[in-house]
Amino acid sequence: MKFLAAIGAATLGLLAAVGRVTLYAAQTLGHLVRPPFYFRELAIALLHIGWLSLPVVGLTAVFTGGALALQIYAGGARFNAEAVVPQIVAIGMVRELGPVLVGLMIAARVTSSIAAEIATMKVTEQIDALVTLSTHPMKYLTVPRVLAATLVVPLLVAVGDVIGIAGGWAVATGTLGFNPAAYLKNTMNFLEVRDVVSSLAKGGVFGFIAALMGCYFGMNSGRGAQGVGRATKGSVEAAAILILAANFVLTGVFFSL
Amino acid sequence: MITLEDVHKSFGSNHVLRGVDLHVPKGTSMVIIGGSGTGKSITIKAVLGLVTPDRGKITVDGTDITRADRDAFLARFGMLFQGGALFDSLPVWQNVAFRLLRGSLKRPREEARAIAVEKLRRVGLTEDVADRLPAELSGGMQKRVGLARAIAADPEIIFFDEPTTGLDPIMAGVINDLIREIVTEMGATAVTITHDMSSVRAIADNVAMLHEGVIKWTGPVADMDAAGDPYVDQFIHGRATGPIAAVR
Repeated sequence: MKFLAAIGAATLGLLAAVGRVTLYAAQTLGHLVRPPFYFRELAIALLHIGWLSLPVVGLTAVFTGGALALQIYAGGARFNAEAVVPQIVAIGMVRELGPVLVGLMIAARVTSSIAAEIATMKVTEQIDALVTLSTHPMKYLTVPRVLAATLVVPLLVAVGDVIGIAGGWAVATGTLGFNPAAYLKNTMNFLEVRDVVSSLAKGGVFGFIAALMGCYFGMNSGRGAQGVGRATKGSVEAAAILILAANFVLTGVFFSL
Repeated sequence: MITLEDVHKSFGSNHVLRGVDLHVPKGTSMVIIGGSGTGKSITIKAVLGLVTPDRGKITVDGTDITRADRDAFLARFGMLFQGGALFDSLPVWQNVAFRLLRGSLKRPREEARAIAVEKLRRVGLTEDVADRLPAELSGGMQKRVGLARAIAADPEIIFFDEPTTGLDPIMAGVINDLIREIVTEMGATAVTITHDMSSVRAIADNVAMLHEGVIKWTGPVADMDAAGDPYVDQFIHGRATGPIAAVR
């Protein structure tokens, strides 16, 4: 009986958490379309989430693209299919690895940063101070970050896709003996509009999730340093899991239906 | 006038406020004293709407705070937080002028900066502080910046939460004198929370003793020493024995 009660309590807890996050997301979207708008905070968020994430996104993508080319070449050699390296690198990077890796890197870099910053603001009464200064914390803190991430992560994904393919190209042409021009031609011919659209759409959704989780956990953090730590850890875990789940759903929507 | 009638607030099983009744006449300085965890901060946060009471009524100039237009209501208030609550990412002058850079009180940037510098000067800080970040300031300077922010929009009502906590006696005296001067000069209604009896004597017109979520005694500061209330007597003399348990 106690076992069933524990399962029931855990289920209710999970449903309550899902409800709170859904409500928070709905409130964020509501504030997104209602003034006042804080354009300066949006610009700062675009800089932090977009521009300053470029090095980590670029490095992740270039190494992944290079490793992917090596793996496909080695795997393809087992059944004389080494020539498909450009096509598989392209489809692998654009459809899956580009958006997912960028999403996870953003979760690691941006979600944690947002959660820690907002949680610290909460612990030090800065959120209360915002309210007393007639400023809605959700409009001032959440909306600019969520909007910026939703707008800029697709661009980061596009950059990641290109750099990942370039990494594969560099390895394939530098060490595996592929013709540079033919590699690029095969890549371009193989990719479809749907591949690129799905990649960018995933980026938008992942950006929204990453920033939303950072803000949600930051705003709902507990007291003290431990509260900030828990909020940061929880935000990254939640963002990573939701990004991977959303990736599965979006892949199904774009490629299986 | 700020009036609290039978205000209750609990957090789970922790009953913080158990029926607070308090009247703060317009243009006067009320200081709320009491031990740690007795609900002093929650009381002023309830007036500001930062926490919602479970029961009771709070009015400001006769208007129920739950029915007031939120922006107009908050525009009447200034608040100095215990830790300053300065925004780390903004330079000092933008902290002070925060309200003047956005929202209904928005002014041109140059004008907002000039007002911020003037308010900083009012609390004894020079213009070279204006472009520094809060983390570059000492605790006393941060308190003064918080004070400048609280008065930046010339509020009618100012709340001070532990204004001298963590400061040395000289800096505490400076802050106390500043608060008294500002309140007198601006004709504002002030509510201050403190444990510091020197602050009470420097700032207060009236004093309220909060213990276990209720007001045990309230009256003019001049009557405090002869209040005859065992809670007030124990608190102002800092005695370990008496009706207030030393271990809570």
